[in-house]
Amino acid sequence: MKETKPPLPSQDKRWKIIDAKMRKLGYKPHALIETLHAVQQAFGFLEDVALKWVAKSLHVPPSRVYGVATFYNFFTLKPQGAHTCVVCLGTACYVKGAAKIVDAIGAFAGIKSGETTPDKQLSLLSARCIGACGIAPTVVYDGNVAGRLTPEQAVEKLKGYLTHAA
Amino acid sequence: MLLEELHELAEKEKAGRKQICVRCCMSAGCMSSQADEIKKVMEKAVVDNNLTDKVEIRRVGCMGFCGQGPMISIESEGLLYENVTPESAPSIIQALAGGKTDVQKGDPNHPFFARQELVVRAQGGRIDPERIEDYIEIGGYSALHRVVHELQPAQVVEAITQSGLRGRGGAGFPTGLKWATVAKSKGERKYVVCNGDEGDPGAFMDRSVLESDPHTVLEGMAIAGYAVGATQGYLYVRAEYPLAISRLQIAIKQAKQKGVLGEGVFESTFNFNVEIRIGAGAFVCGEETALMASIEGRRGQPRPRPPFPAEKGLWGFPTLINNVETFANIVHIITRGAAWYASLGTAKSKGTKVFALTGSIRNNGLIEVPMGITIRDIVEGLGGGAPEGKQIKAVQTGGPSGGCIPASLFDTPVDYDSLMKVGSIMGSGGMVVMDNSTNMVDVARFYMQFCMEESCGKCIPCRVGTLQMYNLLDKILKRQGTMKDLELLEELCDMVKNTSLCGLGQTAPNPVISTLRYFRNEYLELLQPDEGEPAALNGNGKTAEAAATR
Repeated sequence: MKETKPPLPSQDKRWKIIDAKMRKLGYKPHALIETLHAVQQAFGFLEDVALKWVAKSLHVPPSRVYGVATFYNFFTLKPQGAHTCVVCLGTACYVKGAAKIVDAIGAFAGIKSGETTPDKQLSLLSARCIGACGIAPTVVYDGNVAGRLTPEQAVEKLKGYLTHAA
Repeated sequence: MLLEELHELAEKEKAGRKQICVRCCMSAGCMSSQADEIKKVMEKAVVDNNLTDKVEIRRVGCMGFCGQGPMISIESEGLLYENVTPESAPSIIQALAGGKTDVQKGDPNHPFFARQELVVRAQGGRIDPERIEDYIEIGGYSALHRVVHELQPAQVVEAITQSGLRGRGGAGFPTGLKWATVAKSKGERKYVVCNGDEGDPGAFMDRSVLESDPHTVLEGMAIAGYAVGATQGYLYVRAEYPLAISRLQIAIKQAKQKGVLGEGVFESTFNFNVEIRIGAGAFVCGEETALMASIEGRRGQPRPRPPFPAEKGLWGFPTLINNVETFANIVHIITRGAAWYASLGTAKSKGTKVFALTGSIRNNGLIEVPMGITIRDIVEGLGGGAPEGKQIKAVQTGGPSGGCIPASLFDTPVDYDSLMKVGSIMGSGGMVVMDNSTNMVDVARFYMQFCMEESCGKCIPCRVGTLQMYNLLDKILKRQGTMKDLELLEELCDMVKNTSLCGLGQTAPNPVISTLRYFRNEYLELLQPDEGEPAALNGNGKTAEAAATR
């Protein structure tokens, strides 16, 4: 039986980048996690249409794609805010007061860890350990690491990021 | 590439060096404090001060003293600068031209540096991790050349066995034995996997090695491939380490271009390719069978062993799986000899170990020490003791799988067996120092929450047990627990430890067990009287006393 490739979900050029990733790995089922990384990098989150398309392209059941997408903490099925703020909750950060930083930022933004503000401007997340323990406690703002923060400084820095466009 | 070409390249690099090399740490810790900007302004300052013939600025990996970063080292002048900023950096170059700088000077002979024994981390803070030429200049890839052209695979395995190296991922399985098993296993294909899923919170040794000296790991993997008969390697790295991933990608590309990886390594018949697989945030993927499931594109859930990966691993083929630091030791064992390596450390734990010394301590950062050094030496000697006004209470090793060692046991030597005896484990190398302001029940709950959230859900003892233990710890911490809850907690510790499928569940109770062993009073102080037994409060009651002497 000749294998047919499913068509790209839309005209969006980003699908081509993801397709190239799958091609490089031979459309093999083991390419699943790498492919989901590519989808999340391109779109910021994993939408249903992407999951279905990846399942067809790699010849794996949609249940497995969904299973993998929900198993790993790094993948998100919901769109993220324009800015992200990741508070490291590793041991070194924790003993240096990271929980207070989460509380302070949460109070400032009115959301809990794992949530996005209603205006879609900010997502507050936490990380297991970003490996920058030497400068604990740390927060990652839009991909930039900042260290040795007090809760007040953490909120001040966040304000700075929020006033800049993403 | 041939050996002559390798030597020629090294010579050419050496000849091109300028008189003064200013090394700029560009590892994740320092990068977060604008190390890239610092390098830029210093390069400009070199031009501005007409020093281009004399001074070069080099990007290097981690120097270790992360707590004082960003760091600049000028070895030829015996200078070390700490806490550099983009504003102050140009003055460092001006000082080389006769000017003055008021940047904080560090002491290269500080006990933090002087007490270390560098093997794995020897090159990290000296070479540019994004240039293979830098690595070749200091002798890189000559061990691989020697292995593929002069040694039989069995000789390589023998050397690793003789060195006494044990797995640096935490469990300490003899590396030589593992290699020999994979070498003996029959399979149409074999794989080499490097476990870079450094999931323990508070540990960043592997991140630093991958960011600072990626070629050492690649060379170690290739040597392993030759020794066990594998032609494909996978390097599994956490998604949380973007800098490590990008430097590894650069390193693999350059190694292929130079012909030291890929088809026909050093123009021999040995082929070895390495691909990177990026993790997706699951602690359990540090467990070897879960990691392999993840490489195969599935949920990272472990399976029972045996069969061990050495017999049936990736896609059912024999697979050698070692940790980053283990692979980083290989080149040094081949180059300097198994006997030299075996002379380091203790009788049963050879070599050195890298630790991430963090938490409530004066000098924090990465250290590499010979096995057998005492915890006191590390904490007080290298670490400089507690910050002002604090008193050190315990050291936590091994992350969520390890335990807390109280200050009264700081004379314990750091080796696999001694740490096990005091109720902790070597672990991958996290060493978090805790002071009197840390409540140990809170620490136990912190780790239990971690294990509960990271449990993959496959086996019931771990999935349900960690949740119940977390609830009990939470109850005790909120001063709502009684002696009955504590007894139940201990019973659960025993059950989860003995009946879980994989290492995550089997070791999840460790933080509770060790804090109960050494800091039982902190639990007892939080307990409420059982109904009808009001005397059990505060460790003064009979029940508590009986429990404390258990």
